[in-house]
Amino acid sequence: MKQITILSGKGGTGKTTITACFAALSENALFADCDVDASNLHLLLNPTVKETMDFKGLNVAKIDPTKCIECGKCVELCRFNAIEDFKVDPIHCEGCKVCVVNCPVEAIEFNERICGHAYISETKYGPMSHARLTPGMENSGKLVTLVRQNASKLAEEMGKDLVLVDGSPGIGCPVIASIANIEAAVVVVEPTLSGIHDLKRAVELLDHFEIAPFVIVNKFDINEENTVDIEKYCTEDNIVLLGRVPFDPTVTRAMVQGLPVVEFEPNAVSSKAIIKIWKRFSDHLLND
Amino acid sequence: MTTTNNPLKIVVASGKGGTGKTLVAVNLALSVNADQLLDCDVEEPNDHIFLNPVETKNEKVQILVPEIDENKCTYCRKCAEFCQFNALFIAGETAMVFKELCHSCGGCKLICPEDAITEKPRAIGEITVGKSEGIELVYGKLNIGEALAVPIISAVKEHINKEGLVVLDSPPGTACPVVESVDGSDYCIMVTEPTPFGLHDLEVAAEVVMQLGIPLGIVVNFAGIGDRGVYDFCDRRNIPVVMEIPYDRRIAELYSKGISFTAEMPEWKPRFQELLNTIRAQIK
Repeated sequence: MKQITILSGKGGTGKTTITACFAALSENALFADCDVDASNLHLLLNPTVKETMDFKGLNVAKIDPTKCIECGKCVELCRFNAIEDFKVDPIHCEGCKVCVVNCPVEAIEFNERICGHAYISETKYGPMSHARLTPGMENSGKLVTLVRQNASKLAEEMGKDLVLVDGSPGIGCPVIASIANIEAAVVVVEPTLSGIHDLKRAVELLDHFEIAPFVIVNKFDINEENTVDIEKYCTEDNIVLLGRVPFDPTVTRAMVQGLPVVEFEPNAVSSKAIIKIWKRFSDHLLND
Repeated sequence: MTTTNNPLKIVVASGKGGTGKTLVAVNLALSVNADQLLDCDVEEPNDHIFLNPVETKNEKVQILVPEIDENKCTYCRKCAEFCQFNALFIAGETAMVFKELCHSCGGCKLICPEDAITEKPRAIGEITVGKSEGIELVYGKLNIGEALAVPIISAVKEHINKEGLVVLDSPPGTACPVVESVDGSDYCIMVTEPTPFGLHDLEVAAEVVMQLGIPLGIVVNFAGIGDRGVYDFCDRRNIPVVMEIPYDRRIAELYSKGISFTAEMPEWKPRFQELLNTIRAQIK
C-alpha cells in the first residue's frame, strides 16, 4: 500500500480539486481529508458516514471558584496568558497542566475536552477517512494523525493499494503530520509569485523529511512566464513535473454540482489535462 | 511612532486558502495609508512580495526549551510523566528532549525535584520589519520543519502600533494560528469566494470570529463565479457584505506578477477608502 499527499504551500491552488479527480480516476484507493480545519473534499465526494468517533485533544484547565483563594500563582505561571480574573479562557488554554499542579489549594480541575470528530465513510469511489476540528481548537496536527491512522488501518483491512491524502495549506504542524511516512507528495502550484514562493517552502519541507515531490501547475495560463519559471525550477531541482492544467470555469461549475470535474465534464480542457496527469502519475507509482 | 490616523486594528481572515486575503490586506493598507501591515501567515508569508520593503531588520524568534543536566538527573521520570506534549523521554539512565514537540510551558523545570532542568532559547523562526510606501511591514517566517506557528505570530504582533491604523493578514484555516492572529482586533474582514468551498469554510471561520466577539464583514472575491450560497448565508446570519471584487483576469494577472492591483487600477483606491468608512461606521 502506498500513501500520497497532495499539498500546495499556498492555499486555494486546487489541492482538493485535484485530489477529488484522482479519487474518481483511481481504481483501488482510499481517501483521507487531512485539511481538518477547512475540509472540503467531502463536498466533491459526498461521503455517507459509517462511523463517527470523538477526538479528544489535550485537557483544559478549569478553576473552581469555591476553592480558589486568588493568590495569583496560576496567572503568574501561565505562559499562554489564558487566565484572567481567576478564570481560564478555554480558547487560549494549551492544556499544559502547569497551573493545575502548581495551585497551592488544588482548586484547578483538568478536564477532557472533545476537540472534534473523526469519520469513516463510504463514497462511490471508495472509502474515506475525514474529520472536523471544533472551530478555534488546538491540536489540528493530532487530529490529522488520527485521520491518517484510521485511513491506513482501513486500507490494510480492505486490501487497498493507495491512500490519497488531501493536505492543508502551510508548512506547520498539520502539514508535517500529513506527510509523515508517505511515499511521495504532489504539490499543486499556481503561476503567481506568491505561489512560487510558497512552492519553494513546501519543497524545502519535503526535502527536510526526504520525500520526493511531484509538481502540477494549475491555472497555468494565468501567467505563462511564471509557469515556465516553475518548470525550469523543477527541472533544475530534479523534481518530476506531472503537467499543466489550464484555467477553466468548468471546475467551479463542477464544484457547485458537488462533483469532481473529470466526472462532471470529462471533455472539459481541465479534465483532459488532469486525466493525462493521473496516467503519468500512476505510471510513476507502479514503476517505483 | 507618529500617526495621523485614528487607532484601528483590522484583521483580514478567510477560512479557505487562496480566496484573496493577501490581495485585500495589501490593497487596503496601500489605499488608506495604513501605518502598519502585519503579515501573520508565518507559514507562507506573501505580503512582502507585493510591498518590497526596504531598510529591513531581522530578529530571531526563540522559544525556551528544557535542557536536562544528567549530572543532577536521577531519572525519576516526573518531568516525562508531567509533559502533556510528550516532549520528554526518560528510560533507564537516558534522558532525552524532543525539542520540536515542546510547547515551552515551563512545567518540567517547575516539577523537577533535583533542579536538573534549565531552559535554553531555541530559534524556530524569524521576523522582518521594513518600510514600504510609508507603511511599516512586519512579517514572520517559521523555519522549515518547525511545527509551532503561534509563537512567531505572537512575535509579529508584539510590534503592533497601538496608536495606528493597522491591517493584519491572517493565515487560512480555523485552528489556533487563526485565533492567535485575529484575537484583539477591532474588526475582522473575512474574504471568501462565492462557491461551495468558500461557503463551507466561511461558516466555520465566521463562528470562530464571532466567539471571539469581533465585529465581522464579508468581502466576496471572484464575485460572479459559483453560486448564491455565500450571500444567502450572510443574509441569514445578518453579516454585512462590505465589498465585492469581481472575477477579473487583469486583477489575477497583476496578482501573479506581485503587483498590488490598485497601483495599476487606481479607480479601486476610493473603494477601499469607502470600505474603511463602512468598517468605522459598523464598529460605532
